[in-house]
Amino acid sequence: MKKDKTPQQPHEMYEGESKGVYTVNAEGKYELSRTTGWEPETIALSQALEEIDRLTQQALIKVQQGLGSTLEYYMYAQRMDLAMLAVAVGKYQWQVKRHFKPANFEKLSQQQIEEYAAVLGIDAITLKTIPND
Amino acid sequence: MTEKFIHTPSAHCETGTVSNLLRSYGLEISEPMVFGLGSGMTFAYLKQIKINGLPLIAYRMPPKMIIKLLTWRISGLKFHYETFRNADKGMLALDEKLSQGNAVGLQTSVFFLPYFPQAMRFHFNAHNLVAYGKENNEYKISDPVFSHLVTTTADDLQRARFSKGALAPKGLMYYPSEVPESIDYDTVIPKSIRFMAKMNGRWNPVPFSGIKGMRLLAKNIARFDKTDQHYAQLFMGHIVRMQEEIGTGGAGFRFIYAAFLQESANLLDSSFLHERSTEMTHIGDEWRDFAVLCARLSKKRKGQEYSDAAKQLNKIADMELDFYQRLSKFKK
Repeated sequence: MKKDKTPQQPHEMYEGESKGVYTVNAEGKYELSRTTGWEPETIALSQALEEIDRLTQQALIKVQQGLGSTLEYYMYAQRMDLAMLAVAVGKYQWQVKRHFKPANFEKLSQQQIEEYAAVLGIDAITLKTIPND
Repeated sequence: MTEKFIHTPSAHCETGTVSNLLRSYGLEISEPMVFGLGSGMTFAYLKQIKINGLPLIAYRMPPKMIIKLLTWRISGLKFHYETFRNADKGMLALDEKLSQGNAVGLQTSVFFLPYFPQAMRFHFNAHNLVAYGKENNEYKISDPVFSHLVTTTADDLQRARFSKGALAPKGLMYYPSEVPESIDYDTVIPKSIRFMAKMNGRWNPVPFSGIKGMRLLAKNIARFDKTDQHYAQLFMGHIVRMQEEIGTGGAGFRFIYAAFLQESANLLDSSFLHERSTEMTHIGDEWRDFAVLCARLSKKRKGQEYSDAAKQLNKIADMELDFYQRLSKFKK
C-alpha cells in the first residue's frame, strides 16, 4: 500500500485513536503510517458489536419473562459467549448452561457467584440484578 | 531507564513489545525485523477453535511463538519468563523490576484495559505491552499499538494480567536476560526466510495452514450460498476483523513482512530480496482487496457473490505459492 493511499476514515467507535500500518512512501521505502480508520474494518467491527447487542437483548427478554437467569444476560453484555465463559470459570459448557435457568442460578453459592462476576468484570451484586430497560 | 524509555509506536502488539523492550535493553532492532526473524508470517484456518462461534483465522504464528523463534535464532539473546499463581505476588514482582529501573513485557487481556476504546475491548488474552514505571499506584505503560504512552491503575492492570479463559496470561512477565551486542544478519536472515517459506509453501504438510489453509477457506466461502445467511455474513465480517483489526499492520501481516524483506535487502545488499519485498507488497494489496470484498458480502451488498471472494482468495494463494517457492531456497 502506498503511503498517500493510507485510509483516513475515522469513526466514533475508535474514540479518536489511530493505529499503525506499514506503507511505502514516495521514495519506495517502508514506514509506519497512522490510519484513523478504514470502512471495511468499521463495517466488520460494527457488525460484531451489533451481533453481541442482539444476543444481549434476546437474553434480556428471557430474563424479563422469567425464562433465563441474569448470568446469560451479563455474559453477552460483557462480550463473552458460552464457550469462553466455561473455560474462564473452569467448568463444562453444560454446567454453565444449567445456570442460565433462574431456579439453578438462585441456588448458586456466594463463592460461585463471585467467580462468575470476576471473570465477567462486574461485581457480585450487579450479576444478580435484573437490568432495567 | 524509566525516564529514558522510548516508545516507538508499532503495528502489532507482540513484535512491537519485543522490539521496544530490546531497544530499551540496548539492542537496536525494528518491529519488522523482529517479525521477520521470528518467521511470524503464516496463515491458518482452524475450524475447531471458535471465537464467538466463529472459527479461528490467523495470519501469523501463535502467540509467544515469534519471540521463541527469535531467541532460538539470535545467539546470545535470552528472555526470562515468569508466571504467577498468586496475583498479589505477580504485582509485587512487577513492582520490584520496575523499581530497579527496568522495563518489563507483560501479557494481558484487552478487555480489562480501560485506555482501549470501548468498542475495541474484547476478551483477547494474548495482548502484549511494556510497563516501564510506576507512580502513585498508576502504572506507566507503553502499549505498542497506541501512538502515545498510556497509564493504568494497579487494579485494572492486575485484572488484565490475571484474566481467565483461553490463552490466560497467568500474569506472564518477561524481559531479556542476555542481549547480544549485534546480530549476525548474514546467517539469521536467510534461515528465517527459508523457514517461513517452507512452513507455508508446497512442502507444508499441515492441511489447514499456509497455502492449503487459504484454499480450504476459499472452498468454504464458495459454499456460503447454501448456508444460513446470518452466519455467513458474520463469518465474512469476522475474516476482515482477523485480517485487519487486531494490529496486523495491514493485510494480515503481509505489509510488515514486506517491510522486513526491504530492510533485509538493504542489510544483505540483495536485489533479489528487494524484488521479493515489492512482490509481497502487491500480494498485500490483493489481501486488502479481499477484505473489501468480504466487508461487502458481510453487508449483503448487491452485485457481490461469495464466489468472487473465493476466487480472490485462490488468486492470492497462487501468488503466495510462487512467492514461497522462490524464497524456500534463498541463500545470501
